[in-house]
Amino acid sequence: MSDVNIIIDGIEVKAKAGKTILDAALENNIYIPNLCHHPELVPTGTCRMCLVEVEGISSVVVACKTIVRQGMSVSTESPLINSTRRATLELLHINHKQDCTNCKKNGICKLQEVTAFVGVNEGRLKLLRKNKPHVPPDKSNPFFKLDHDKCILCGICIRTCNEIQGVDALQFAYRGYHTIVSAFLNQTIKDSVCESCGECVVRCPVGALVPKHTSMPSREVSSVCPYCGVGCGILLGVRGDKITSVTGIKESPVNKGRLCVKGRYGYEWVNHSERLKKPLIKKGENFVESSWDEALTLIAEKLSKYKGESFATFSSAKCTNEDNYIIQKFTRAGMLTNNIDHCARLCHAPSVAGLAQSFGSGAMTNTIGELGKAGCIFAIGTNTTESHPVIALEVKSAKKNGSKIIVANPREIDLCKFADIWLQHKPGTDVPLLMGICKAIINNGLEDEEFINSRCEGYSEFKESLKEYDLKNVEKITGVPAGKIKEAAKVYASMGPSSIIYAMGITQHTHGTDNVLAISNLAMLTGNIGKKSSGVNPLRGQNNVQGACDMGALPNFFPGYQKVLEETVIKKFESAWECKLSNKTGITLTEIIDAIDRKKVKALYLVGENSLLSEPDANHVKEALKKLEFFVAQDVFLSETACLADVVLPAASFAEKDGTFTNTERRIQRVRKALNPIGESKPDWLITCMIAQKMGIKGFEFSGAKEIFDEISKLTPSYKGVSYERIDKTGLQWPVYDKTHKGTPVLHKEKFLTSNGLGRFAKLKYRPPAEIPDKEYPLLLTTERSLYHYHTGTMSRRVDGLNVLNSEELVEINPTDAEKYRLKDGDKVSVESRRGRVNAVIKTTKKCPKGVISMSFHFFESPTNVITNPAIDPVAKIPELKVAAVRIQKT
Amino acid sequence: MLVMKEKLDIILSSFSGEGRELIPVLQKIQEEMGYLSPEAMLYAAEFLKIPPSNVFGVASFYEQFRFSPVGKKIVMVCQGTACHVKGAEKVMNEISRHIGIKEGQTREDMEYTLKGVACIGCCALAPCITINDDVHGRLTPKLIEKIFIKKPVNKKTNE
Repeated sequence: MSDVNIIIDGIEVKAKAGKTILDAALENNIYIPNLCHHPELVPTGTCRMCLVEVEGISSVVVACKTIVRQGMSVSTESPLINSTRRATLELLHINHKQDCTNCKKNGICKLQEVTAFVGVNEGRLKLLRKNKPHVPPDKSNPFFKLDHDKCILCGICIRTCNEIQGVDALQFAYRGYHTIVSAFLNQTIKDSVCESCGECVVRCPVGALVPKHTSMPSREVSSVCPYCGVGCGILLGVRGDKITSVTGIKESPVNKGRLCVKGRYGYEWVNHSERLKKPLIKKGENFVESSWDEALTLIAEKLSKYKGESFATFSSAKCTNEDNYIIQKFTRAGMLTNNIDHCARLCHAPSVAGLAQSFGSGAMTNTIGELGKAGCIFAIGTNTTESHPVIALEVKSAKKNGSKIIVANPREIDLCKFADIWLQHKPGTDVPLLMGICKAIINNGLEDEEFINSRCEGYSEFKESLKEYDLKNVEKITGVPAGKIKEAAKVYASMGPSSIIYAMGITQHTHGTDNVLAISNLAMLTGNIGKKSSGVNPLRGQNNVQGACDMGALPNFFPGYQKVLEETVIKKFESAWECKLSNKTGITLTEIIDAIDRKKVKALYLVGENSLLSEPDANHVKEALKKLEFFVAQDVFLSETACLADVVLPAASFAEKDGTFTNTERRIQRVRKALNPIGESKPDWLITCMIAQKMGIKGFEFSGAKEIFDEISKLTPSYKGVSYERIDKTGLQWPVYDKTHKGTPVLHKEKFLTSNGLGRFAKLKYRPPAEIPDKEYPLLLTTERSLYHYHTGTMSRRVDGLNVLNSEELVEINPTDAEKYRLKDGDKVSVESRRGRVNAVIKTTKKCPKGVISMSFHFFESPTNVITNPAIDPVAKIPELKVAAVRIQKT
Repeated sequence: MLVMKEKLDIILSSFSGEGRELIPVLQKIQEEMGYLSPEAMLYAAEFLKIPPSNVFGVASFYEQFRFSPVGKKIVMVCQGTACHVKGAEKVMNEISRHIGIKEGQTREDMEYTLKGVACIGCCALAPCITINDDVHGRLTPKLIEKIFIKKPVNKKTNE
């Protein structure tokens, strides 16, 4: 936009056209007092502090709502302005609790700042100050409190909740003197729809909204959030040996300063008293603390006996790239097997397999930040608000910018509120739904012929296969009216650029790979790939699940998805690692459990996984793990699974080590050491190196994470151009081909990464889920995640406040079904499948369709995965965690 | 719950479901149901596609909206200047004693709601009250007792 020249207080300054006077002044370092202004929010002009006079306009105007014009002359002070400001400010002061010395905002309070500039008459304040009726503070939220007596009614919290979060928990209520910021019915914040993200607390200009537990840090360390795959940039505030605050990094292109409740407040676990501090060795039934030397000697002696196919490793998507690289190197070069896998098997294995088949690379094709500018966002099988909260903000902001939102989900998830079209298909009918949409697109001639002809192959066979998906038939299978499918098809195909986001609702099926292929078909059919704000975007679960895959913690790939069976690749790694490598593909996580059960695999090295809660048919997993001859677990806590181990090694958390995480959009970001390791714990890479050295294996003499990363970038083509120096401030998105390449925000721009450069259409057949409800087990169980907890709860369950917000496993059920089974909210029930039974508590909600119940898997007290189905996808070997037949009974 | 939903469906059938209809919708609900229940406000929010917090914000702004059910007889005690001079406070206390509730309350048997209001425009009759649509003026303790005849059982427990 062009610049205009304006004069502020006689000084000529430049301002961007379209900016307000206030923005122009502040950008030119001219202060105009303001209270209700926030650069990220739409101005409302309520506080009346930024009043200015403009030549030619007889009355005063509010600077935050007046747009600059060429030649405009502005006075920021005059007798009229000053007296008006002072009077307004005094009215705020007489209702404001005088508690500055005791206030957490002392020194950073905007009311103090404005008062220092404008000045108030203390004598008059004394006369005016009445005892405003005291409104008790709302302390219900475990993480922050709302003190009405300090509130200046600027509305920043309300606008934040509306404009940024789209939650609308707060609004002004009552009138005049009695006006307060209030939730619906003036209920407490905890009982309201508030998601506890704390964005309002961060923006509150005064001491009205303040965090309860965080205190001012003595130093801050820049790092990456350890929860989900979004990879938000955070500043860890440290005081002594404790983390005391977490702040979102504004400059981070990923989160732009925003965080969710877990990221901002869920850090207590790092300093939790239950952290493992010394190695533990099982003697008899119990664990006994030991020295590192004793534990390492025992492990080295035992593991030496199991080199080859009788050994397996579970690596961890919670650990850094450096950790994962070392762990897979140890497994391959030290233990001479490719039997290594990690929890990606349980989440996005079908994405890796499916997208590799269609596009040649299995990762998010585009960037999180591009979502906000998409013409259409199609969210299928993702409860984004709960599982990837900060990405959900991008979807909501896209909606505000005029994008069309299509949601496909059996449950009425939060995003449905923002959706233009909601396709409520039956669980497990994604292939017919997506193929139906493709069919409708072709019927209406909305396909992108040029893209199909020049960039893809297999189209005619694909088109032929669509004959099966007559829309009437699709309606019958999916339960979605044909009209709605046509409407969605039209919007997706014509409102581009259209971006697809998806997650576990697509992948955790016995037809997970087919689902992913169906999504690829849809994107290629309309040419919605290879350009900005389009693409196929699997939202990865764990903070570093993308990195763990990139690093080759997979049975069939070396780092950088280099195939373990390719002769040249084997040679490359043999010469780099100076060893002889196995030429056999390893077995997957689900297969490793079976192999342990059949006593084929006899020794297991498990890093940071909690298989007893995360795998389907958990009873079977437990029985299998008991058959191991030697079992080493490495974790920050003594997890349910680690309890079965022979030796447990204490690992340092993300806050205690250096390294890198790669987020869902392929961005490699720096993780930095903020604390010394707790107790005698050590970074995972160091522990693995110590085991290797004890066993006399060469190639593990690293002095630090940086040295490991240098080896990674040497051997991994997509990481070749990355170094710690280059990602010091902002991460880079792989592939980064050399030291000057700026990374790749959008994949497949000119050609696909397949061998011939063409995208491949796939013919698909509908296969129903492996287990469908019947007379004996009449309900369909689907699993999901809660915003307030993370996976098996190892971290989030050790944060008191998160337990307050979500304290127990809830079985969500439609009110009609609840009535049928005579159940009401709070009833204790047992949920039983062919594999086992768990107890939980009933919550009735219309969000659940009839015949479907939903549970999370965060609670060890109610291990949902005891009842889920281990039936696996034939290609990706992912279990069908999203569909199981169950029955329910009051206990 | 289902009955309530059906009732609200009928009440809202004459509206088109746009946000600007909020105040008329709330008025209609109150007219039909006597007050704005949480369920009714949530329903209105869903119907008009506006956040529940906004519905409550608007409803709580206006004096005309009530959030709890009112009794069959709404007693409004005038507190305008004339009535104030003529002892409105005493009138309020007297009525309160007779019907057993304080200002702003509704009796459990849903018989009475007692409210203090600004001038009701009958200054010549001060001190005065209204019970639903009827005005009672020049009140004295005896007159009040006559209007609110106490049941003998209550009398005993009161004394």
